[in-house]
Amino acid sequence: MKKVLTAVAVAMSLSFAALSTVQAGPAEDLTAFQDHFKTAFKDVPFADFKDGAYALDPALKAQWEEMESSFPPYEPDIDAGKAIWEKPFKNGKTYADCMGDIKSIRTKYPYYDAEKDTIMTAETALNDCKTAGDGEGFVDKEGKPLLNKGKIAQLMAYIAMENRGGKINVATPEGKALDWYEKGKNYYYAKRGQLNMSCADCHTNNAGKMIRADLLSPAVGHVTHWPTYRSADGEITTLHNRFMGCNTMTRANNAKAQGDEYKALEYFLTYMSNGLEWNGPGSRK
Amino acid sequence: MKRRTFLQGTLAASAAGLAVSAGLLTPRMVMAEGGAFDAKTLDDALKAMAVAPTDSADIKIKAPEIAENGAVVPVTVTSGVAGTTEISILVDGNPTPLAAMFILGEGTQPEASTRIKMGKTANVIAIAKAGDKAYTAKQEVKVTIGGCGG
Amino acid sequence: MSSIKLKAAAKGDVVEVKALMTHPMETGQRKDKKTGELVPAHFIQDIIVTAGDKTILTAKWGGSVSKNPYLAFNYAGKAGDKVKLAWTDNKGEKDSAEADVA
Repeated sequence: MKKVLTAVAVAMSLSFAALSTVQAGPAEDLTAFQDHFKTAFKDVPFADFKDGAYALDPALKAQWEEMESSFPPYEPDIDAGKAIWEKPFKNGKTYADCMGDIKSIRTKYPYYDAEKDTIMTAETALNDCKTAGDGEGFVDKEGKPLLNKGKIAQLMAYIAMENRGGKINVATPEGKALDWYEKGKNYYYAKRGQLNMSCADCHTNNAGKMIRADLLSPAVGHVTHWPTYRSADGEITTLHNRFMGCNTMTRANNAKAQGDEYKALEYFLTYMSNGLEWNGPGSRK
Repeated sequence: MKRRTFLQGTLAASAAGLAVSAGLLTPRMVMAEGGAFDAKTLDDALKAMAVAPTDSADIKIKAPEIAENGAVVPVTVTSGVAGTTEISILVDGNPTPLAAMFILGEGTQPEASTRIKMGKTANVIAIAKAGDKAYTAKQEVKVTIGGCGG
Repeated sequence: MSSIKLKAAAKGDVVEVKALMTHPMETGQRKDKKTGELVPAHFIQDIIVTAGDKTILTAKWGGSVSKNPYLAFNYAGKAGDKVKLAWTDNKGEKDSAEADVA
């Protein structure tokens, strides 16, 4: 079974995106990463990367805009999410008690939590809050954690709507946060699975090209529009659900929603989208 | 058949009853066994609907040229035919072509929008009924399948 | 909580009605990935939309309408009209929603 590449191989695949031969830190990575897409898609205003593949194809964009202007498919999920947000827990407390003002939430996450030495994401914070309040987090019918879709995704839909327009602004990783950044960065560039593909293969090196019937989205802007109602799924799902989907499609081992790998990847990808607008919830094919 | 039960149960005094008396619902057509919705070919669907439509340039179909996702294809049919009372949408490549029928109340504009499933590249066919005449137009919608979307 | 989101807005003499319904709209031809069995047909068959006492639209649907289906149309009306949408599916299940025209 193929494991993550050695440091040398990772450095080689990194050379696709980072032209500098000097030991680069996150800030240099960010500039190189965003410059790659600005150069590859000169006609796309940087702010438009928040729309993903739709920023690259007018015909697809028109269909997406038709869905959004006629009746966004995620609206019932926003209503459901609002009801979840407002309902008190078994102990009488509410989400607002842990999370603060709803309009302050999206731009806070993800961040490095020094106390817990981990990346804190919005979903994990909400799940922790619910666990403290109800004695149980978001679970499926069998009582197993369900953190990639279902009620947590509906709650995220409400939060996303209330936070639309905020700017992505992850602080430059340093110290112990840098370890998590590197973890996420390595995950993004490492080859994995039966098809021996990395995230970068599609979303950095071939963004804008078709993979059979799908248009490959650029990695810059990946995180902005979650959770997303995907017509293919017929329900609203989270960012980590999409990571899981990609790994399944490329025939790689999957990781757990809100596990270390995906939290690190989310941290890396969100930092790489600094400057773009949060525009969830989203609607996709 | 549930549809028949529904209609019989509500015909007495209800909106459906009013619609029937106003001539907007045609019980024989919609209550027929193996109704138009079960027809497996376009011709059978048209027969079950009791229409022999002629082409009309006055019917506009708004649908994408290449559908982003065959499971959700937005379609709007607008009929410019005077006195349109009914608009139907069919997909000739689907296992059961008749997708939707809209019977317009008085004062309702001759336009209807919905989102339909298309199994493969096919024609979206619109039929507008005005009185006892029927008119039709069609537009091909390409459907591509496969990719990394999952 | 209704499974129907109903919006009705007056634009001059015309009211734009838009509805988004939550419903699986199963054709009966799809196979369950886990069991390999056909998922039984389960779709909205009949819709009646009224404004006050008047029926403004009757719709008949088959399984070819998309999951979580959408419907939009316009009728001659005004702000304050009471619009109601009621559906029945092939299993006899029903739901309805009301909205005042804005």
